[in-house]
Amino acid sequence: MIEIGLGHYLTLAAVIFAIGVVGIFLNRKNVIIILMSIELILLAVNINLVSFSIYLQNLVGQIFTMFILTVAAAEAAVGLAIIVIYYKNKGSIHVEQISSLKG
Amino acid sequence: MEYAIVFLPLLGSILSGFFGKKIPVKLCQILTSSFVLISGILSLFIFYAVITEDYSSNKLVFNWITSGNFNVNWSINIDSLTSVMLVVVSLISSIIHFYSIGYMSNDPHKSRFMAYLSLFTFSMLVLVTADNFLQLFFGWEGVGLCSYLLIGFWYKKPPANSAAIKAFIVNRVGDFGFALGIFLIFYLFGTMNYDEVFLKIPEFINKEISLLNNSPPFPFLGTAVKYIDLICLLLFIGAMGKSAQIFLHTWLPDAMEGPTPVSALIHAATMVTAGVFLVVRCSPIFEYSQIALNVVVLIGMITAFFAATVALVQNDIKKIIAYSTCSQLGYMFFAAGVGAYHVAIFHLFTHAFFKALLFLGAGCVIHSFHEEQDIRSMGGVWKKIPFTYVLMIIGTLALTGFPFLSGYYSKDAIIEFAYLKGSTLGYCAAAIGIITALMTAIYSWRLIFKVFHGKFNNKRNNLGSINESSLVMLIPSSLLAIGAILAGILFKEMFIGNDTEFWKNSILFLQSIQHDLMPIWLPIITPTIVVLSIPLSYYLFVKNEKFIENLVLKNQFLYNFLLNKWYFDEFYNYIFVEPIKKIGIFFWKKGDINTIDRYGPDGISRLVKIISDKAVNFQSGYLYHYAFVMLIGFSILLTYLILY
Repeated sequence: MIEIGLGHYLTLAAVIFAIGVVGIFLNRKNVIIILMSIELILLAVNINLVSFSIYLQNLVGQIFTMFILTVAAAEAAVGLAIIVIYYKNKGSIHVEQISSLKG
Repeated sequence: MEYAIVFLPLLGSILSGFFGKKIPVKLCQILTSSFVLISGILSLFIFYAVITEDYSSNKLVFNWITSGNFNVNWSINIDSLTSVMLVVVSLISSIIHFYSIGYMSNDPHKSRFMAYLSLFTFSMLVLVTADNFLQLFFGWEGVGLCSYLLIGFWYKKPPANSAAIKAFIVNRVGDFGFALGIFLIFYLFGTMNYDEVFLKIPEFINKEISLLNNSPPFPFLGTAVKYIDLICLLLFIGAMGKSAQIFLHTWLPDAMEGPTPVSALIHAATMVTAGVFLVVRCSPIFEYSQIALNVVVLIGMITAFFAATVALVQNDIKKIIAYSTCSQLGYMFFAAGVGAYHVAIFHLFTHAFFKALLFLGAGCVIHSFHEEQDIRSMGGVWKKIPFTYVLMIIGTLALTGFPFLSGYYSKDAIIEFAYLKGSTLGYCAAAIGIITALMTAIYSWRLIFKVFHGKFNNKRNNLGSINESSLVMLIPSSLLAIGAILAGILFKEMFIGNDTEFWKNSILFLQSIQHDLMPIWLPIITPTIVVLSIPLSYYLFVKNEKFIENLVLKNQFLYNFLLNKWYFDEFYNYIFVEPIKKIGIFFWKKGDINTIDRYGPDGISRLVKIISDKAVNFQSGYLYHYAFVMLIGFSILLTYLILY
């Protein structure tokens, strides 16, 4: 049985972070997936913060995590609201079709 | 007074040129004409003062250039020579200003025309009143510019534009020599003022040109050349260009594309005589250079002969008179070349009157025939336009040197002085002078008979539509006619009498030619020839036209040779124009378009376009592309920050 240490937590966080990042730009389907990927990134950061907080015996990290969760919740709410409105306007939330930035 | 003479025409030109649209056209014409007229009357006063009380003055206008020991003033210098030129320029100019009011009455750009004419008068006055070579050069270029503007006045006619450019470019060749001459004068004497230069001339008589200081005479183009000779030859090249002497004469006949008053003023009476004026003004230099004087005689007599032969067969009324001008300028030059500077100026003086008269008369004829210039389509109209006829007859008599008209005194004097010079070249010049006088008479009478006698040949207009020109054209012309009749007899004693007192210091004679030792036949021969040529021409051109036709048929080659002006234009085209055109096209196509443009502006803009075409692909519009780029950028930045 291996001891689960800081390294494992950080590796997990890094993997989740990477999944989140790649999810943003390899995703060809749905804007909601982008939103979820952002959520993943934030969670990866949270894991980092919590593990360092335990490792360093410092509570500040965990308090920070609570803030981030709050902000993430608010962000998810706003993001979903935008997507709903967007869907109402354009009739689709396919990433491939969102290219009005091209001008 | 001197200031008014010179600057009134400038004022008129500015008023008419810049405010021509604001003030009424009539006022423009009257203003410019009367300003020049005032200037003409004032110069008569000056002339009178010079004759009666030896008036001379040098009024400073302003310091023009001061740089180290190089000082040039802008001044108005009056002496005998200048006063004569002032009278010629401003009087004839004012007459032609008034004439233009009538001649240009159907033209839409009257005020521009008057502005150019006045500007020309100003430049010419600056030229003759200069007391240094630089101001002379300014006037010289000023008249060249005005000549260009006025030849190309009808800028919608392509031949007028090309004639204007031709005149300008051929004059550049002459001016190049002239400018080099001025540089050499400054290099040698350290000053540009006539007086100072002329004072120092005797010190430099035998100096030969050397490129290094204090080195022995340096061969220049194979032989050692005296400074004086070189200066004179360079100045004379300038004079050749301006005065349309052979080799640089090609612009003058083409310049007839301009309006006729312009031909009368610029290309007959004043500007083209600037070269003669220059040689006479520089007589203190030329007198010391026998080589240059011989060249002047040679060029002068070749031109006189050449232009007269060409004039014999031309068919354009203005071109005949233009070649005649060229020929008469040749007379003036060989007069100056044999050392009879005062006779040259005398001929300049009388020639200005009768040649301007001939041109104005030709203008009236052209007007009467409704813009017809070919003398073959005229004829038989002397009863319809008697006044113009009389004017042209007076002009022709004066030009050919009919006894007691102005040309008689000056032209005969030239031939006499050439003979009295006593050198081989002088005898040649006198012989050429007599032959040319005969040809002058024949082509002048040919013009008269073809235009006014014989059958009416014009197909475009019928005889009834030929009318006398308006009074505003005829009155100025008749003033000139009076001048053409009287200028010789009145001023003969003063200009070319036995004592040259009138000229004082303005002309230098090292040894004056004795006028007494003349063979009796000499003064008789030319007038006899001239008088006899009138019935001869009448026989040839009116009574028995067959004879001339046969002559032409038998000598087709000679006729074409003369009709094509000795093939000078073709020759120049072949030698200069075509190669230069080729070089120009080479530099244009290969140099400019294919090298500079291709790799310069065009290349850079093409590069920018290629890069921006590539950069456009970045703007896909997909969010995840932007996010990816952001990520890459962020990672690079982070890596950089961590590593360094």
